[in-house]
Amino acid sequence: MKKNLIVIGNGMVGYKFCEKLIAKSGNDLYNITVFGEEIRPAYDRVHLSAYMGEKTIEELTMAPLDWYETHNISLKLADPITNVDLDRKMVSSHSGLSLPYDFLVFATGSAPFVPMIPGVEKEGVFVYRTIEDLDMMKAYAPKATRAAVIGGGLLGLEAAKALLDLGISDSNVIEFAPRLMPRQIDQAGSDLLKGKLRDLGIKVHCNKNTQEIVGDGKIEGMTFADGERLEVDMLVISAGIKPRDEVAKIAGLEVGSRGGILVNDLLQTSDPSVYAIGECALHNTMIYGLVAPGYDMAEIVANQLVGADAKSFTGFDMSTKLKLIGVDVASFGNPFLEEPDCQTIIYENKTKGVYKRINIGNDSKLLLGGILVGDASQYSMLLQTVNNKLPIPEDPEDLILGARGGEGDAGAGVMALPDEALICSCEAITKGKIISEITENNATTIDEIKKSTKACTGCGGCTPMVKDLIQGVLKSQGKVIRNVLCEHFDYSRQELLSLAKLNNLKTYDEVLHKHGVGDGCEVCKPAVASILASLWNENVLGTGRLTAQDSNDRYLANIQRGGTYSVVPRIPGGEITPEKLIVIGNVAQKYGLYTKITGGQRIDMFGAHVSDLPKIWEELIAAGFESGHAYGKALRTVKSCVGTTWCRFGVQDAVSFAIEVENRYKGLRSPHKLKSAVSGCIRECAEAQSKDFGIIATEKGWNLYVGGNGGSKPRHADLIATDLSSEECIRLIDRFLMFYIKTAEPLQRTATWIDKMEGGIAYLKSVIIDDVIGINEELELEMQSLVDNYKCEWKEAVETPEIRKRFVHFVNAPETKDPTVKFEEMRSQIKAEDWNIAKF
Amino acid sequence: MENIEIKTQKIYACQISDVPENGGACVLIDGEQIAIFNFTSKGEWYATQNLCPHKQQMALSRGLIGSTGTEPKVACPFHKKAFSLKNGACLSGEDFTLKTYPVEVEKDKVFLYI
Ligand code: SRM
Ligand SMILES: Cc1cc2nc3c(=O)[nH]c(=O)nc-3n(C[C@H](O)[C@H](O)[C@H](O)COP(=O)(O)OP(=O)(O)OC[C@H]3O[C@@H](n4cnc5c(N)ncnc54)[C@H](O)[C@@H]3O)c2cc1C
Ligand code: SF4
Ligand code: FES
Repeated sequence: MKKNLIVIGNGMVGYKFCEKLIAKSGNDLYNITVFGEEIRPAYDRVHLSAYMGEKTIEELTMAPLDWYETHNISLKLADPITNVDLDRKMVSSHSGLSLPYDFLVFATGSAPFVPMIPGVEKEGVFVYRTIEDLDMMKAYAPKATRAAVIGGGLLGLEAAKALLDLGISDSNVIEFAPRLMPRQIDQAGSDLLKGKLRDLGIKVHCNKNTQEIVGDGKIEGMTFADGERLEVDMLVISAGIKPRDEVAKIAGLEVGSRGGILVNDLLQTSDPSVYAIGECALHNTMIYGLVAPGYDMAEIVANQLVGADAKSFTGFDMSTKLKLIGVDVASFGNPFLEEPDCQTIIYENKTKGVYKRINIGNDSKLLLGGILVGDASQYSMLLQTVNNKLPIPEDPEDLILGARGGEGDAGAGVMALPDEALICSCEAITKGKIISEITENNATTIDEIKKSTKACTGCGGCTPMVKDLIQGVLKSQGKVIRNVLCEHFDYSRQELLSLAKLNNLKTYDEVLHKHGVGDGCEVCKPAVASILASLWNENVLGTGRLTAQDSNDRYLANIQRGGTYSVVPRIPGGEITPEKLIVIGNVAQKYGLYTKITGGQRIDMFGAHVSDLPKIWEELIAAGFESGHAYGKALRTVKSCVGTTWCRFGVQDAVSFAIEVENRYKGLRSPHKLKSAVSGCIRECAEAQSKDFGIIATEKGWNLYVGGNGGSKPRHADLIATDLSSEECIRLIDRFLMFYIKTAEPLQRTATWIDKMEGGIAYLKSVIIDDVIGINEELELEMQSLVDNYKCEWKEAVETPEIRKRFVHFVNAPETKDPTVKFEEMRSQIKAEDWNIAKF
Repeated sequence: MENIEIKTQKIYACQISDVPENGGACVLIDGEQIAIFNFTSKGEWYATQNLCPHKQQMALSRGLIGSTGTEPKVACPFHKKAFSLKNGACLSGEDFTLKTYPVEVEKDKVFLYI
């Protein structure tokens, strides 16, 4: 006879418990019933914020409903348990079900803790825990312009970022403690983080005690104990968690004085046939607000129930990494140890926004903990070093600064770990397990490892280590890991470019037949297409090239939500006549397009149906416009400031030079996009130092900078030559760009290319300035031939019937537009329909 | 489970030249959007729903086609989720499946079985 097992709560841990039990054939021993209070099956709460953006409910769902069915788990959703009779071993649910159990598992999680601040009940005040909370925030946000979050912990900061993602540009974080993430980082780390958040648009107020939430029915502002007031029309409370122990309490199970269902090392509550796991469990005075310890608890209880050897729960490491986009924050081991209990090494670089602290044992043998802000790339490795008590370098600062001077080998770190080292703590996957997947089951890609072990599927923090591990194992097996494009080409981009050039290959098929195998794929096709464009500068939509182009290149426009396209005509240097402005206005009006000034000093028109593109371009071309290549890995914009033409400080004519530079390199395709700018003086209003190549005027000429980057990992460009004449400057840029085009990896911006280059900027200078490898003449000639070959590809496209006819949505009904395209109205213009509003 | 007999019908879709070599195109048949792929390198034709199940985008016909091993596939232009052209299974580890349709080519015409 099977016994009855009931699980209360279908959250992350409740689900994981079922998964583990099934994997151990637990459903042969038990009739499993799960009660969930929420209306949907368990979903990935850790990545809840992704629901504000890219991810749908389906993607966040841990397992679809039929998974429960297949494994004979009876799942009762939207039916919370309201009472448990410990003597009769019965549970009763809200809908009136009464069921007997032999074993009962509480996995009821926790609820947001809402402090008793007068006014918390007002409209516009939210918590951040469930899909419903987010749906309500999404619905309210369009009415709000200024918002705040109470609580500067891990979750509070995530909520603040979510507010930004909802389009609220004025977002504030209110923290009672003197610093942010008080449980993870120290004051110096917090100060730096504050600055980083400010750059993201989040204002931080520490030492602030909220007194009242004011407003007439709905929130209008907040007042604080120090007498200050903040005007906000939306508030998220993220002041901590409160374990859901209410049913346990009614049942008479022992609970902690500050909440939580009391458990022993076997996760048994005060009644040995009742367990508690996850965020509702109070173990040794600790509530674990993280998913990994919850999964560990699930494993331990599942083992006991199937009679496997019962390991006990002995606590868990609270190391964490913040998932906020654009800000790295991590703490591991014991971050707060101080001298004399340890030696502390601190590295701080305020200009780069990096703070790192490590605590080393007094015998200099062990790493005990630390904090990383601004750059947490070493997090996984440092955490492993703490957890596995790995030996540390003789100069412990190498741990955070990298070995300087010596030879760095990224893979060596992971390879030095013992086999028991936990690589993926969410899924408890050890290094040994991953290695056996690689060596025995030939899993050599992240996707394969994900499928077979579930590593990397939780928080994703271990992905870089798993990558290193794969590389390391393959290397140790003597397999040469070459940087090849994909399974269809056994060549690097650089090799393939030389081959295509040598053999005069002009179409994707020629390259595939001569140098590749199979049918190609979405990785090699765009890479080869880009190589061909960089070599010959022939129309990308020509025969044999059309279907190798990446999504945007294939339609010479950027694909948008909903499947329409955006149109960006080139506006060199950002200079435009009133006549041309009028043309853009007329075209946008005629085709019903949304218009916006871009960050690249030009105008973008969004929402064009694919079949309107040729007509739109015909009109733009007639007015003298050309393609702006906003869709291509190509030269984008050369921004300018007004320079001597108007500015009282300008020392050179920045606009004219920007236009000259933009017109020279327009249409140039490269491994990744290229951006440039020209500033008229050292005040740098054109932001040239953030560009792939930037030019700043001096009294005597131009200073040239290369390798700048905005984006998520900004890098300032390096100065490589000063006081150049316009001709000298162009010649250097020719060489720089051509050398980049010939040697970079696919989708590698100039910044990364230089950073990865052996010898770095010094080597680059020796090649393109000192000509140490004697290729400069060739580089210049190659560039000149590309420049000479320039034609506006949109002009060719509208004039060539064979190309033009491909711009339709339905080939059997060319006049019909895609009827599923829907727009909404916003500020008197159109916008794409939100794709997260599920269409059922 | 009941077995439901599904009757298919052969329907003219488009001209061969409407679908670029090694690429796709979309046809509208009876209000339904169907992506047809001319897998020239294998000499095969495939058809699937045009709707990408990931974000409900009518876009698969504009995706890049190719193969993983011997499995022919299409990658959605939006987020590059890849799907088998043979059986519609999602190859990027998600629980999506595309509807697929048999294709027949006669002379210069493409037909679908729907
Ligand atoms: C339209 C625009 C935003 C705006 O409304 O202002 C924009 C829009 C997009 N950017 Fe951008 N970026 C725009 C200026 C910028 C800038 C500012 C600038 O150029 O001065 C930056 C930072 C500077 C830099 O690139 O270093 C910028 C950094 C990025 C990045 C990050 C690149 C990086 O190296 O990290 C991406 C992602 C990528 O390319 O992989 C990106 C990608 C994109 C894409 C192409 C995303 C996509 O694939 O759909 C967006 C296309 C929208 C569209 O359909 O047009 N965009 N993007 C700007 C167009 C400028 C133009 O006239 O061409
Ligand atoms: C925005 C956000 C970001 C996070 N980020 C991270 C992170 O980066 N890393 C990390 O490790 N952790 C993170 N967490 C925490 C993580 O989500 C939790 O640790 C994890 O979800 C705990 O799982 P659980 O099953 O114990 O609780 P839950 O996932 O909350 O599940 C409990 C379930 O039980 C249900 N329930 C409660 N009472 C009853 C009842 N009487 N009857 C039936 N059902 C009931 C609840 O409705 C809920 O569905 C984050 C949490 C949030 C909200
Ligand atoms: S950089 Fe600024 S100050 Fe200098 S010329 Fe340009 S606008 Fe004027
Ligand atoms: S919409 Fe197709 S992959 Fe996202």
